[in-house]
Amino acid sequence: MDTLNYINNGHGLASWLLTKDHKRIALLYLVSITFFFFLGGLFAFMIRLELLTPAGDVLTAENYNKMFTMHGVVMVFFFLIPSIPAVLGNFLIPIMIGAKDLAFPRINLISWYIYVLGGIFTLVAALSGGVDTGWTFYTPYSTAAANSHVITAALGVFITGFSSILTGLNFIVTIHRMRAPGLTWFRLPLFVWAHYATSLVMILGTPVIAITVLLVAAERVLHMGIFDPALGGDPVLFQHLFWFYSHPAVYIMILPAMGVISEIVQAFARKNVFGYSFIAFSSLAIAIIGFLVWGHHIFVAGQSVYAGMLFSIISYIVAVPSAIKVFNWTATIYRGSISLDSPMLYAFGFIGLFTIGGLTGLFLAAMGLDIHVHDTYFVVAHFHYIMVGGAIMGYLGGLHYWWPKISGKLYSEPAAKLAAGLVFIGFNLTFFPQFLVGYLGMPRRYHMYPPEFQVFNVMSTLGATILSVGYLLPMFYFVHSIFRGKPSPADPWGAKGLEWEVPSPPPTENFAVTPIVTHGTHQYAPSKEVGVV
Amino acid sequence: MFTNFPFFPQQASAQAGQVDAIYFFMVAVTAFFSILIAGLVVYFAFKYRRRHRDEIGHAIHGSLALELLWTVIPFFITMVMFVWGAKVFFDMYRPPAGAMEIHVVGKQWMWKVQHMDGRREINELHVPVGRPVKLIMGSEDVLHSYYIPDFRVKADVIPGRYNVLWFTATRPGNYHLFCAEYCGTKHSGMIGTVTAMEPADFQAWLSGGRADESPVAAGEKLFADLTCNTCHLTDTQGRGPMLTNLFGKQVELQGGGTVTVDEAYIRESIVLPQAKVVAGFQPLMPTFQGLVTEEQLLQLIAYVRSLSQQGEAPGAAPQSPTMPQSSSRPVVEKK
Repeated sequence: MDTLNYINNGHGLASWLLTKDHKRIALLYLVSITFFFFLGGLFAFMIRLELLTPAGDVLTAENYNKMFTMHGVVMVFFFLIPSIPAVLGNFLIPIMIGAKDLAFPRINLISWYIYVLGGIFTLVAALSGGVDTGWTFYTPYSTAAANSHVITAALGVFITGFSSILTGLNFIVTIHRMRAPGLTWFRLPLFVWAHYATSLVMILGTPVIAITVLLVAAERVLHMGIFDPALGGDPVLFQHLFWFYSHPAVYIMILPAMGVISEIVQAFARKNVFGYSFIAFSSLAIAIIGFLVWGHHIFVAGQSVYAGMLFSIISYIVAVPSAIKVFNWTATIYRGSISLDSPMLYAFGFIGLFTIGGLTGLFLAAMGLDIHVHDTYFVVAHFHYIMVGGAIMGYLGGLHYWWPKISGKLYSEPAAKLAAGLVFIGFNLTFFPQFLVGYLGMPRRYHMYPPEFQVFNVMSTLGATILSVGYLLPMFYFVHSIFRGKPSPADPWGAKGLEWEVPSPPPTENFAVTPIVTHGTHQYAPSKEVGVV
Repeated sequence: MFTNFPFFPQQASAQAGQVDAIYFFMVAVTAFFSILIAGLVVYFAFKYRRRHRDEIGHAIHGSLALELLWTVIPFFITMVMFVWGAKVFFDMYRPPAGAMEIHVVGKQWMWKVQHMDGRREINELHVPVGRPVKLIMGSEDVLHSYYIPDFRVKADVIPGRYNVLWFTATRPGNYHLFCAEYCGTKHSGMIGTVTAMEPADFQAWLSGGRADESPVAAGEKLFADLTCNTCHLTDTQGRGPMLTNLFGKQVELQGGGTVTVDEAYIRESIVLPQAKVVAGFQPLMPTFQGLVTEEQLLQLIAYVRSLSQQGEAPGAAPQSPTMPQSSSRPVVEKK
C-alpha cells in the first residue's frame, strides 16, 4: 500500500468493529443495510410469486401475511430509514463541512450496534415463526388477536429507533458546531441541508413510535386497556400515534434522497443549483409541515370530518415544497453541461418517478377520492413510487456518485448504465399496473384475488423480476471494482465540493489542514457569491 | 388467458360519478405535470449535452419570479383539489334522511347482515336500486373495512363503535364486496357479493326465505329477558333514565357535560355503564359486556331507537315487515 487512507489504516476485525471513524462506520452500515435490503427483497419476491395467480397456491394465507409484514418491517425500519443518512450521510457530512469526524464518534458507533441489536430481534422474530400484523401493527389485531411474534418484532422496531435518534442528534450537533471556517449556512451543500431537516424529524418523531410500540407491548403482555375496546381502549388512538411518527418517517426516507439528487444534478450539469435557498428551506418546510398531516391515513376510520378536512388541506400544503424542488432541479439543468453518467441516470429516474409518486399522493389527500382508493393497490403503488422510485433511486444514485470516493475505485460504467435502465423499466412495470388494479378495487394485503385482476398482477411480477436483476447487478460491479477496478482520482467526475478535494479514498482524518471555505459548493462558472435566491 | 379484463370499475352507485370526476381531474393534472417535467428534462439533457470534456454550465442562480410562479400555481391547483375532495367526502358522509337501514357486523372472517325486517345474510347484501341504503356497522373482534369498489364507498368497521356507510345503487347487478382493512389470516377470504335489484325484485327477495324477528322485536324481547325493564321504566320513577323519546336528544351527565344519545352512547352505556352516567342517577347499572353479542347490541339499540319514533306507541315495532321505514329523527353524526 502506498498512501495511508481510512481503509488501509488499521487491519483486522477489531479495527472495524471498534472504529470511531465515521467513514468506517458508514461501511459497517453499508454492509448491514445491504443485507436487510436483500432480505426484504426476498420477502417481496415471495409476495410477487404468490400473486402471479389469483388462487392462494404458493404460500399459505398465514405465511403470505407474514411475508408482507416482514417485507414492510425490514424495508422501512432496517433499510429505508437508515439507508442514506447512516451510509452516505455518515460518510459525507463531516467531509462536506470540512470536519475530521462527527461531533460524537462513539455515539456514532453505538448507533450502529443498536441498529444491529434491533435487527437481530427482527431476525429472531422472522426465524422463530414470523409476525403477521402488517408493518403497521394495527390494534386490536396486534394486541388481542395475532398469535405470531409481535413482541419480538415490536422490540426490534423499538430498539432500532434509538439508533435513528442518536444519528439525528449527532448530525444536528455536527452541522451546527463543526463547519469549517467560512462555511456559512448558505454555502452548505444541499445534501447537508436535507440531512439537517431529516435529523429534526428523526429526533422529534422517533420517540413517539417508541412509546406507541411500548403501549402495544403493555396491552399485549399486561392487558392494560389502551387500544382494545374490550379492555376499554380505543383502536383508532393507535392509528393516530402510529401515523404521527410513520408519516413523517416517509420524509425521513425521501428528504435525504432529495439531498442526493440536488448534488448529482449540479455535478452532472456542472452548474450551481437553481434557487438554492428555495430548495434548502423547502426541506425544512417539508420536515415541519410533515408532522401535521398524519390524519390523512384515517379518513375512513371514523375520524371527525372536520379533523379530516384539516389534515387534507395541510397534506396539500406539504406538497408545494416538493413541487418547488422538482421545478428547481429541472431549471438547474437548463443551460448546463449535461453528462449522462450513471448517477445522473438515477437522478433523472428519481425526478420522473418522484413526480408521479408525489402527484398520486394528491389523489389520496382528496378525501372524497380517498374513500375509494384507501387500502387498495393504488396506495401501494403510490408509496412505492415515493419509497422505491424516490428513496431507493436516490440511494443508488448517491452510491454510484460517491462510490469512487468511498472505495477509491472506478466501477464499470456500461454495467451501471444497464442496471439503471433495468431498475427504471422494472420499477415501472412492477408498480404502474398497481395504480390501475387499485382503482379497480383490489385491496392490499390480499393473498387471493378475483381473476379479473390477474393480468395486472402478472405484469407486476414480471416487472419485479426485472427490478431484482437491476438491483443485483450493482452488487457484482461494485464488488468487482474493489478488486479489479481502476483507482479513482480525487475528483473523477469533474465535480465541485469539499469531498472531491480530498483523496479517494480519504485519509482517516479527512483533511490534513482544515479547509477555509470562500464560496458555496458547485461553483463551476466564475461568478459572484450565490445570493439568497 | 387474459382476454376479458376491465380497466376501469363500473359506476354502479349515485356516488361513483362524483368520485370518478375528481379522479379524472387528478389524472389530467398528473399527466400534464409528469409530461411537462419529463419532457423538459429530456429536452434539456439533449440540447445542453456536454460537447467537450471540460465544458461547464452557465452560472444561473435563480429567479424570484419563477419561484413564485411555481409556488403559487401548484398551491391553487391543490386548493381546488382540497375543496372538491372535501365536498364529495361531505356528501358521502351524511346519509340522507329516510335511508333504508341495514345492520352489518364484521367478524373474522365474515360479514353478517340483518335487514330491519329480520332477514339475515352472510357475505351477501341485497339492496334495491334507486333508494339510499345506510349500513350501521360494528365489529365483533378486530378492525375490518366494508368496501364496494363499484359503488366507490368504503368505511372502516371498528370494534367498540359504529361507523355508517351509505350509498344509492343505480344499476342492478352483482358487485364485489371486500374487507379492505387487514384483519388476520383469512383477510382475503372476507369477501362477498352485493346484489343490487330492481325494487320489485328486492321486495320479492325480501318476502321469500325465512325472516327472523325484526331487530326491534328481538331487542324488545332482550330488554325484558335481561331485566333492563326493572330499572328503565316507561315513566320517570325508575332507577335508570326513562328511555322513551330519548334517542337523538342531548342529556346532562353526572359531573357536568352533555352527550347526545346515539348508537355509540347506548352501546357504551350497555357495555361500560359507569363511563358516562346521566345526571341525577346513581351508577348502579352492571356491565353487560360478554353477556350480549354485537348483534344483540344492535337489536337493543334498534329497540331503544324505536321508543323515540313519533306517532308510535312505545314498544310497538314500527317497521313494516316488508318495507322498512327510517325514523324521522335528524341523522346523528358518528364520531
